[in-house]
Amino acid sequence: MASEATLSSTEYISHHLTHETVGQGFWTWNVDSLFMSGLLGVVTIALFYSVARKATSGVPGRWQAFVEMVVEFIDTTVKEVFHLDRGFLAPLALTIFVWVFLMNAMDLLPVDLPPTIAGWFGFNHWRAVPTADANTTFAMSLTVLIVVLFYSVKAKGAGGYAHELFTAPFGSNPLLWIPNFVLNVVELLSKPVSLAMRLFGNMYAGELVFMLIALLGASVFTLTVGSAAGFVGQLAMGAAWSIFHILIITLQAFIFMVLTVVYAAMATEHH
Amino acid sequence: MENLALIAQVQGYTAIALGLIIGLGAIGACIGIGIMGSKFLEAAARQPELIPTLQGRMFLLAGLIDAAFLIGVALAMFFAFANPLLARFG
Repeated sequence: MASEATLSSTEYISHHLTHETVGQGFWTWNVDSLFMSGLLGVVTIALFYSVARKATSGVPGRWQAFVEMVVEFIDTTVKEVFHLDRGFLAPLALTIFVWVFLMNAMDLLPVDLPPTIAGWFGFNHWRAVPTADANTTFAMSLTVLIVVLFYSVKAKGAGGYAHELFTAPFGSNPLLWIPNFVLNVVELLSKPVSLAMRLFGNMYAGELVFMLIALLGASVFTLTVGSAAGFVGQLAMGAAWSIFHILIITLQAFIFMVLTVVYAAMATEHH
Repeated sequence: MENLALIAQVQGYTAIALGLIIGLGAIGACIGIGIMGSKFLEAAARQPELIPTLQGRMFLLAGLIDAAFLIGVALAMFFAFANPLLARFG
């Protein structure tokens, strides 16, 4: 019985870690991540759009007050870090924060709920947390890299930026062009990698811990003392980890947003 | 039978590696959080009016400090449940 249970628990975990995919090799599409992130993006836009449509200058409703709070919070955070015109960056930061937060928040759904619902539509696997998929986080962080490059070129001009790439840390001696350039490329590439890996690692670890907690009560229907203790343990640990995870998902969304703004602000600095 | 011994060996080494990844990462993260928390309390005791500003930054840094550790935990969990080093044995 014991060995059978451990075998099936490994299978349970690896089943939950498999993406629903379409296609082969490089062109493998993770349908679940794409669908969930797209759905949450639409939810974000629809929510903010409907609130903006109904916004009044009189007594604000609950949703309007909430959205105003979020927008103001993001705007002051961006203002502290980025001192130029933030007509583009502040909305981008708001989008990143709300979207990443909602994608992370899918972690708080019961681990078996999304696969079960997806099962009704004929899908064998379904991972509900798009940010626990390295593809999603790298897509977002590479977009941030494009934003950083855009701000670099905008602040210094294409020639000025190229000049900085070759002469920035050490000096403009031709012998130092290659080391300068290598160092700058490493610095530039480390930004999206660390951004993406940080978010992915946090969400992946969190999701796995939720699965392990879910396994605790797996044998509850055998109706033994041990299984009952496991079930109680699942409830207690699930509650504790969920509450702790509310902090983590907010923090990670916030960090992703702040670092995007910080990178953009660094890009606009002149050397 | 020889294959079984090899698999057991890979699993044993992997288990040790997992312990090292999580344990050493936890040491680093805990020391980092401890230093930062003590400095935050010191600063808050000296200048209580700075607490709101410092608190936001403290949480930001807590997330950054935790990140490397949690990436390590995620990698360790990945190796614990779907060990790619065992794929060679079918």
